[in-house]
Amino acid sequence: MRKDFLADWSFGKIALLSAIAVVVILVALFIVLYRESSLAISTFGVWKFVTSTVWNPPLEKFGGAPAIFGTIVSTIISIAIAVPVAIGIAIFLTEIAPHFLRTPVGVAIELLAAIPSIIYGMWGLFFFAPFMRDKVQPIIHATLGKFPVIGQWFSGYTPGIGLLTASIVLSIMILPFTAAIARDSFKMVPDILKESAYALGATKWDVMKDVVIPYAKLGVIGGIILSLGRALGETMAVTFVMGNQPVIPKSLLEPATSITVTLANEFTEADTDLYLSSLFYLALILFVMSFIVIVVGKFLFLKKVER
Amino acid sequence: MELNTKERFIIEPAEPPKIVVENLNFYYGNKHALKNISFKVPEKRITALIGPSGCGKTTLLRCFNRMHDLYPGNRYEGRILLDGENILEKDYDLIKLRSRVGMVFQKPTAFPMSIFDNVAYGLRLKGIKNKSELEDRVEKALKDAALWDEVKDRLKDPASGLSGGQQQRLCIARAIAVEPEVLLFDEPTSALDPISTAKIEELVVSFRDKLTIIIVTHNMQQAARVSDYTAFMYLGELIEFNRTEDIFITPKVKLTEDYITGRFG
Amino acid sequence: MDAFKKRKIINNFVLVLSTLAALLGLIWLFWILGTLLYKGLGSLSLEVILGDPPAPGDNHGGLKHAIVGQTLIVLTAAVIGIPLGILAGTYLSEYGKSSRIANIVRDLSDIMMSIPSIVVGTFIYALMVKPLGHFSGLAGSLSLAIMMIPIIVRTTDDMLRMVPPELREAAYALGATKFRVIKDVVYRAAITGIITGVILSVARIGGETAPLLFTSFNNNFFTLNMLQPMASLTVTMYDYAMSPYKYWQELAWAAAILLTFGVLGTNILGRIVAHYKFKK
Repeated sequence: MRKDFLADWSFGKIALLSAIAVVVILVALFIVLYRESSLAISTFGVWKFVTSTVWNPPLEKFGGAPAIFGTIVSTIISIAIAVPVAIGIAIFLTEIAPHFLRTPVGVAIELLAAIPSIIYGMWGLFFFAPFMRDKVQPIIHATLGKFPVIGQWFSGYTPGIGLLTASIVLSIMILPFTAAIARDSFKMVPDILKESAYALGATKWDVMKDVVIPYAKLGVIGGIILSLGRALGETMAVTFVMGNQPVIPKSLLEPATSITVTLANEFTEADTDLYLSSLFYLALILFVMSFIVIVVGKFLFLKKVER
Repeated sequence: MELNTKERFIIEPAEPPKIVVENLNFYYGNKHALKNISFKVPEKRITALIGPSGCGKTTLLRCFNRMHDLYPGNRYEGRILLDGENILEKDYDLIKLRSRVGMVFQKPTAFPMSIFDNVAYGLRLKGIKNKSELEDRVEKALKDAALWDEVKDRLKDPASGLSGGQQQRLCIARAIAVEPEVLLFDEPTSALDPISTAKIEELVVSFRDKLTIIIVTHNMQQAARVSDYTAFMYLGELIEFNRTEDIFITPKVKLTEDYITGRFG
Repeated sequence: MDAFKKRKIINNFVLVLSTLAALLGLIWLFWILGTLLYKGLGSLSLEVILGDPPAPGDNHGGLKHAIVGQTLIVLTAAVIGIPLGILAGTYLSEYGKSSRIANIVRDLSDIMMSIPSIVVGTFIYALMVKPLGHFSGLAGSLSLAIMMIPIIVRTTDDMLRMVPPELREAAYALGATKFRVIKDVVYRAAITGIITGVILSVARIGGETAPLLFTSFNNNFFTLNMLQPMASLTVTMYDYAMSPYKYWQELAWAAAILLTFGVLGTNILGRIVAHYKFKK
């Protein structure tokens, strides 16, 4: 009996400690990143670091703007490409595809979401970058490049590696994840609700736009924000094809960098305290950015869905 | 309980038929769910479908607006004539059919939009854009559904804020707003409390002489209270179809009598 | 125009559009998959799997060091992460329930699930690599464990909460202590669900590269010592793919297909277990 009591008591305590450990890890993560970047924070401050475009390790000048710019721009472009396609896939899978196709295609998409992101990066380097250089770049020059103001964003000749290429690879990488979330949200719409719209003589598209999408809206938006969080923090899919140039490029076709690309390429080469601290500073900024995005996505949108 | 008799009793209603069902068979994949059903649904009267659960009453109801077409592996045989037109034709226009044959479901199915937009939904589908016409018809539908007084001050509010009984009346308003010729009810009160149920029943009765109504119910008293004709189904077959007062007072088939007197089901 | 006709035309137009979107998306994805299979299977051989690491420019050698390193790092991460994750999940479901502490832990754990993996790498670098002065396989395992824990916490919590309370009450009614109720009844009822969660979390971290870049780093020699820098399939892929040597690039593709097989195989295994559970 005494032994039972002891086991009971200690199991409860161990479980509690494990739960607390989860919190401790997250808090420690923030504190450690902050402490490691304190040298860079005190040297450059916040505003100066975020706005300075000079990243020059030999001169010990570190500005985060190029990396932050690359992270934000590549995330926005990839989301802009991936979301419409992902919603198209989700509509296709829930309402259009013949029933015998729905499960296999759905499972295929979930499996694609499980493929390591480094595979996407390697494919980008060996296959997609040359494809961009030989096939897509001339088309972009001839079309978008001809427009007055935005034309300069689509100019220049490169080996196919650059901000746009990285953004597209990123969009392909988050596509299955986004599509799977959108499909799951669409599936949560009760059949009886869809039936009552069909019973009024609605077409499939009427039912999608008037019932399914409004009903699933919060879930889909939450899912998009989580995809955004993924794109923000993704490293391997972009590192191969971004080019790692610490500049804000004039054209989307030119090589650039992002926070994750800078970290992946330079972290083990940082030879001075200030250099390493600046890299930690970038990591801290990325952490805070994705923390905010996740909190917004999970708690403003997905929580409401669960309720 | 085995169906050990081939006894049937199916009358020809005195009123002109709105829907004629001829040798209807229905299959879910390999499952033979409706077996050789033939009867006539009288125009502007209320016809109840009763029977133990699994007898096929809801399956039959969903044939009248071809709801089964939303799912794969379903198959019809035979004919259902709506004003003499076979709605089971392969390329029959389902969207037009469903704007003529409305449906109210087991549970309230308010769409995620405002009260007004819910009722206006079917009208907009029909292409009515004129604001004052929409307002008039929404108001009329809500009045006909005995909901107007409760919601007239909050038409812009989301429909999800209404109670279950109110939502169900909203769904009825939505269905009658498009002025269908036939209205199908699939156990419309099964999710509601007794007071809301009474209100819905009153409504159904008030549509008599205006619409052809087919109502599925698991509640025999309800069938007796609201309907003019009653069809009793068992194991996918139509056993007896008769005037409601006759079927409840003097059932012609033993099986019907057993069910009505509560010996099984 | 007839409103019906107009709606039908719009309907068909949108249906075609979304079918095209689906096709477009699938084409890209299958292009990647096809490339991977073509390049990967083409580079696979017994030597690639069993051989020692190649010297620069050498056309011989294999990935034995990386395969073994990958396995060791992932297994160690699992040994650290699984018990901690299950225990924390058990606390949430059985002790904390919907108390404030439990909900805070739940929310933070959910947030942890989506932290960029490279940030976790920098964290372990500061915590372990910098003080010790060298990279190590163990540091890699720790970062993977951190990524794994929130996934296991979430599934354990969800699965245990699905166990009907009557089952617990029945056990309490027999005079069992809480620990015995959890161990003998709750865990047993939820075991397949927990196993599924664990397997899927292993699949999820198995393909991670970024958290290993500056923790386990890389090692061009075979080692079983977790306190030394250790090669992994993912980091080896990164280094070899970026190298100028043709043979190394081929090895990177071979590593890619091995990794994909491993990750997808684990993932499918998890799904089979889940399927088995829900069939029962």
